[in-house]
Amino acid sequence: MEAPTPGLAFEQPIYEIEVRLHELVRQTDAGPETQHEIRRLRRELAEVTRQVYEQLDPWQIVQVARHKDRPYTADYLSLVFEEFVELHGDRHFGDDRAVLAGFAKLDELQVMVIGHQKGRTYKERTACYFGCAHPEGYRKAMAKMRLAAKFHLPVITFIDTPGAYPGIGAEERGQAWVIAESMYEMSRLRTPILCVVIGEGGSGGALGIGVGDRIAMLQNAYYSVISPEGCAGILWKGHQHAEKAAHALRFTSRHLQQFGIVDQVIPEPLGGAHRDHHQMAARVKMYLNKTLRELLQTPLDQLLEARYEKFRQMGVFLESESPA
Amino acid sequence: MTVVRKKRGVPEGLWLRCPSCQSTLFRKVVDQRLGVCPECEHHFNVSAKERIRQVLDEGTFEEWDANVIPADPLKFADRKSYADRLVAEQKRTGLSDAAITGGGMIRARRVALGVTDSAFIMGSMGSVVGERLARLIERATRQQLPLIIISGSGGGARMHEGILSLMQMAKVSAALARYDRAGGLYVSVLTNPTMGGVAASFAALGDVVFAEPRALIGFAGPRTIQATIRIELPEGFQTSEFLLEHGYVDRIVPRDKLKSEIARTIDYCGK
Ligand SMILES: [Zn+2]
Repeated sequence: MEAPTPGLAFEQPIYEIEVRLHELVRQTDAGPETQHEIRRLRRELAEVTRQVYEQLDPWQIVQVARHKDRPYTADYLSLVFEEFVELHGDRHFGDDRAVLAGFAKLDELQVMVIGHQKGRTYKERTACYFGCAHPEGYRKAMAKMRLAAKFHLPVITFIDTPGAYPGIGAEERGQAWVIAESMYEMSRLRTPILCVVIGEGGSGGALGIGVGDRIAMLQNAYYSVISPEGCAGILWKGHQHAEKAAHALRFTSRHLQQFGIVDQVIPEPLGGAHRDHHQMAARVKMYLNKTLRELLQTPLDQLLEARYEKFRQMGVFLESESPA
Repeated sequence: MTVVRKKRGVPEGLWLRCPSCQSTLFRKVVDQRLGVCPECEHHFNVSAKERIRQVLDEGTFEEWDANVIPADPLKFADRKSYADRLVAEQKRTGLSDAAITGGGMIRARRVALGVTDSAFIMGSMGSVVGERLARLIERATRQQLPLIIISGSGGGARMHEGILSLMQMAKVSAALARYDRAGGLYVSVLTNPTMGGVAASFAALGDVVFAEPRALIGFAGPRTIQATIRIELPEGFQTSEFLLEHGYVDRIVPRDKLKSEIARTIDYCGK
């Protein structure tokens, strides 16, 4: 057993039990009493983890969604799929490491996978701007989606980004334009599209690969019009109010299901996806398999009509009888 | 009690100061020039209603979907509740939300027209703006009308409606994709400012894209970019001229030419 490391602030009760457990397990001459205590602590650990994770507030969910050990797109690519054949080219400017794209095999089913990638090591993280895509990332995504449609491969997207990158080059190369075009193309792409929000669904940068026939979301992911920090900066005049903004924005999976934005919430393993990549990947795989098969059985024209209607119905407004 | 409604962009009073060249200007002259400074051609922001008067033939505008009005689905509250903010903005601007849509004529050519007003909660797009635009686009598709949308939004997607606002970007873009497939002509006009989720949806998707001179247009706000990269932004960054240079805008069109430029484009596209 590896030595436990302190996690997020609210995970402190979990960490404390882990430390005690670790000390006991390390003892080589553990007698029956110690063995009993180990079993008791294991039960307690599970119970406390369950309690902590059962009642995460929106701000804590943001911390989990951003957890440094959370499975990223690259992890799902290796844990869910039999094979991944990366395709790099955006045909315009360069290879954006914040977006991965390529052929993949979901069991025997051939698909195109596109996802944001945040990077695990510092080097990887800086190479992909912490998962913030530039226009070339969205152009790569669009190019590979067109390729998928041409050869009748369904598209799976993994959404996990703080937002599209805000920078000089990004603006020069049409960040607004590529996000708009990507939604436009996805809305009418002639192949099934399945989107999964696996971590952070950061605004337009997320939606840029988020228009599909089904939208799923991991339990502790969030999907928002603006980051809690950004919202707090504008409406509360200070980033330190991010926690308040997180509550106000109603961006958790539970809220999004209530608003009819998300079709399915995929439950996370006990204590969050970061504690068990394999189990999380297995659940994602099960969902993808089941849902893709459903979509593939639907005639394409019917699918496209339903995709249009799905987004057409989004929004909440009042409608008075007579024009105001 | 008299309610004095402050006009945005062009301040009240006989005289006004141009924020660009600092000249003191006779208000009437600026109004006659459609809200453009006679000294430096600075384009003051104009309201959606004024914009409609400038672009359409007199008396031809018929508003559509005015009965679609905002709700407060998140029960959102920052330092002020969204419900109260809506009422205050409605009083202040005389608008029910940030977009007006309808039909009308441009030099005797029938068009579907949408205009956002950057004064109403920063011209941000919530469910009402999204719904009015989607209905406008669908109506233009059915009636085979040229579509003109004049964008002005510093706010992008409206945070107070959370994810529902974000999804309006997809909804309106999807409607435009269908309109495109049906062969419709969409002229997108970008005015100061057009940012965030408005820039990254309908504003960007025109068959022909016009921009008013020196408008601020972009995805991320200059302050956000500066906070991220911590270097000075180049002179003229994110202006209409910058976007023209980088290939995202087709023509920079001064306000007094907008109507004739739209009419000419419609004629070229045989609509
Ligand atoms: Zn001036």
